[in-house]
Amino acid sequence: MTIEWYIVLSSLLFATGAMGILMRRSPIVILLCLELMLNAGNLALVAFSRMVGNQQGQVFALVVMVVAACEVVVGLGLIVAIFRRKLPLDVDELRELRG
Amino acid sequence: MSATAWAWLVLLLPLLGSLAVALGFRAIPARVAGIVGAAAVGLSFLCALAVLINLLGEDAEARHHASSLWTYAGAAGLHIELGIYVDQLSAFMILVVTGVSALIHLYSFGYMRSDEGYHRFFSYLNFFVFSMLLLVLAGNFVLLIVGWAFVGFASYALISFWYRRTTATKAGMKAFVINVVGDIGLVLAAFLIVRELGSFDYGTVFAQAPAVFDRGGWTVTAICLLLLVGAFAKSAQIPFHTWLPDAMEGPTPVSSLIHAATMVTAGVYLIARTHTLFYLAPTAADIAGFVGLATLLVAGTIAIAQTDLKRAIAYSTMSQIGYMIMGVAIGAYAQGLFHLMTHAFFKALLFMTAGSIISAMANIQDIDRMSGFWRAMRFTSICLVIGGLALAAFPLTSGFFSKDSILAYAEARGGIYTWMAIGGYVGAFLTAIYTFRLVFRVLPGKPCEEAQHLIETGELYHGPPVNPANGEAEDTEVGFPGAHHHIAEQSWPMAVAMGALAVGALFAGLIQVPGVDNVLFGFLDPAFADSPLAEIHPAVGAEWRGLAIGAVISVAGIGLAWYLWVARPELPRLFRERLRLAYLLCLNKWYFDEAIELLVVRPALAIGRFANGTFERLVVDGIVSGTKEAVGDAGGVVRFVQSGFLRSYALLLIAGFAGLALYFLLRAT
Amino acid sequence: MEAVLFFVAAIGALGGAIGVIAMRNPFYGVLALIVHLFSLAVLFLLLTAAFVAAAQVVVYAGAVMVLYVFVVAYVGGGTESAWEPIPGQRFLAPLLGAALFVELSVAVLASSLLALGQDGPHINPGFGDPAAIGYLLLEKFLIPFEASSMLLMLAAVGAIVLAARREPSERVGSGSSEHSSEAPAERSEDSLPTPAPAGGAQS
Repeated sequence: MTIEWYIVLSSLLFATGAMGILMRRSPIVILLCLELMLNAGNLALVAFSRMVGNQQGQVFALVVMVVAACEVVVGLGLIVAIFRRKLPLDVDELRELRG
Repeated sequence: MSATAWAWLVLLLPLLGSLAVALGFRAIPARVAGIVGAAAVGLSFLCALAVLINLLGEDAEARHHASSLWTYAGAAGLHIELGIYVDQLSAFMILVVTGVSALIHLYSFGYMRSDEGYHRFFSYLNFFVFSMLLLVLAGNFVLLIVGWAFVGFASYALISFWYRRTTATKAGMKAFVINVVGDIGLVLAAFLIVRELGSFDYGTVFAQAPAVFDRGGWTVTAICLLLLVGAFAKSAQIPFHTWLPDAMEGPTPVSSLIHAATMVTAGVYLIARTHTLFYLAPTAADIAGFVGLATLLVAGTIAIAQTDLKRAIAYSTMSQIGYMIMGVAIGAYAQGLFHLMTHAFFKALLFMTAGSIISAMANIQDIDRMSGFWRAMRFTSICLVIGGLALAAFPLTSGFFSKDSILAYAEARGGIYTWMAIGGYVGAFLTAIYTFRLVFRVLPGKPCEEAQHLIETGELYHGPPVNPANGEAEDTEVGFPGAHHHIAEQSWPMAVAMGALAVGALFAGLIQVPGVDNVLFGFLDPAFADSPLAEIHPAVGAEWRGLAIGAVISVAGIGLAWYLWVARPELPRLFRERLRLAYLLCLNKWYFDEAIELLVVRPALAIGRFANGTFERLVVDGIVSGTKEAVGDAGGVVRFVQSGFLRSYALLLIAGFAGLALYFLLRAT
Repeated sequence: MEAVLFFVAAIGALGGAIGVIAMRNPFYGVLALIVHLFSLAVLFLLLTAAFVAAAQVVVYAGAVMVLYVFVVAYVGGGTESAWEPIPGQRFLAPLLGAALFVELSVAVLASSLLALGQDGPHINPGFGDPAAIGYLLLEKFLIPFEASSMLLMLAAVGAIVLAARREPSERVGSGSSEHSSEAPAERSEDSLPTPAPAGGAQS
């Protein structure tokens, strides 16, 4: 098994996550797609770490995981707050910040 | 102290007087303001005397000094100093200016007593004296232009002194605009001078000019013509003369000081000062001479037809300055300056007497309504006669010697200048006629109503306050003439001033009797020693011949005036009817005002209207508003992107990233 | 053997990903993501990253996904409306996704990375072990380690602040919303209280 497969798989997952963000309207699902993209990145990192031969890529992947966790926490907190204010959970409806 | 130190004091004192009166105008009572103003100029006169004494103590060749307080600008190849130049010419001028100004301040002390703007008047008047002295004492062209401009401003401020009269403010603006035209000429001349000679300083310019310029060359002729534009505008020569009669809207002391004795002579001073350049440009000098000749004749004819007392005297001023300009243009520098001095005396005196008479007439200036003042105001009438005699060059008065000295020089120079002499004698005849027309209309005969009132009650006639130019009713608050008027018989400052000037008008000519003494020319000539023209001296016999001719003409003119206006008073009316066209031409001032209105004012106004209405509206506003709208529209377009939709932002993001990646991929292949 | 495992895990990962983006109900999406995460853990194991795989399962699938489940349970899974307000979005999204995939693949595959087609360097046993990762974290990458722990704390505090239940009077005073607090039972999307524009946001 050469690394290319993993890389191609990673880019496929990344593109899928991107497409999901563009197509779905519920903030929860958008956050899930974000998770997809981050994990795709993690896969690429770990693959390259194996290719290079040291573990720095894996440490990088761990930190990415930490960041993803933080971001999910804050994002879900936002969703809960939005829900509590009886606003619709739909990113197309939440559009006050416009020019 | 040296001459230049005294000269700085001469310059400084009126400025201090002006500032003191201006800044303290609420604190200082009226009398004190008048005393401060008059004393400042009086002390200045004493300092001018000190300058003269200093100069007389030196050799004739060494009587020129330059003194500089500090360098005003010393960069970019220019070197402009705050410096004065004291030589015989400037010493003479400051004596005349401060002397006559001091007497006029004394006169104003009495004449303007009941005016609400007393402090302002003295402040402005002192400022004017300072400006005139600056002009005359300047040691370089930049300071000359500064003094020139200040004098123009002072003239504007004083003409519009009664600022609530629309005629006065219009006259002030007219004077200022025409003066600015002259300023432009002067400034352009200064530009050319510094470009050709590299310096503004008199010493450098006049020393190097003969080496740099060819005689009769284009550049120096252009410089002199531009200087002439400035000189003519300031000295009210044709075609820049239309402001002077309107300037009579100012109070009488203003007319007497500025528009008779000092400011209007600035052009004469300018030509005399730059005589080196004029020698190098004989064409320009000849043009100046002929313009002077034309002015003196035209103004003389207009003066015969005028019915406003002050305006008639104003045209007389124009005419006499024509003599002076003619004189200094053809090389009669000292003679022209001699006439300047005597003219200052008798013209200031004439205006003062006119002021006195107008006061008695409750501000009416129309000579058709005046008569019989010989019985009502004896002292004023005597002064009027003395001034008139000097103006008409009656034998042995000051005007007699000075005017004929110019004409004798013109004859001695020969060639076409003989025609100038002949024209000058014709002008002298006209002068005598119109001068004594005024005298014989105003003085003899049955006293008019106002004079009668004065004789009977000893009090001045009080009419309703009225604008003499257009008959509008006014009141007597600030901005208008005061409620009370003053005449020489009742106000000792006025009488003293008029008396001093009368003495000068009668006897000042005796310092320069041909063949007998040579006080003035001996003093002034070394200042013009570098000009070959100044070496032409008429023979004494020729001078006395000229004097004799002048005497005959003068007496003949006075006699004719007597005949027309005393002996057979119905004749002038007949003349008016027979020579109707000529009369109208003279009465309407040869239609110069109308011509200028048509040729200059209307096109300028049309350009202004076009610029404001069309150009400003369409082009400028169009560009500005167009830019604004373009920016707004661009913003509107960009605003579409900020839709608020998260997913479209994400779309743009990913699309951009995809595009960028595509670009790099393509580049790598 | 390795190839079979790879393909199984790959299909699982891809299937989970597609499930996330395709499922209508967010709960099902969460479950699909859990499948995806487990597949990724297998892939990490294939790449001899044992610790990362374990962390993936424990942290991601264990903690983060549980959080998701709680929130989805609280918020509820509503279906989205079919109407697309943004013109062209439905068409452009798959297009861009495909473009992205193609470009990334091309970038990697067509690059001149020599190591791509080879087996890779020889690695010691213990590559990817917790001990090795631990050494790196505490020696070479100490500061990133500490920073990320600080980040976690900040995130936790932030989330608490964001989601804290506020008193009814405080809610209006925050200035963002101008609608009154309705009964908690109103949750359907038909009664969408459109927020009044605050200030001059309208052009």
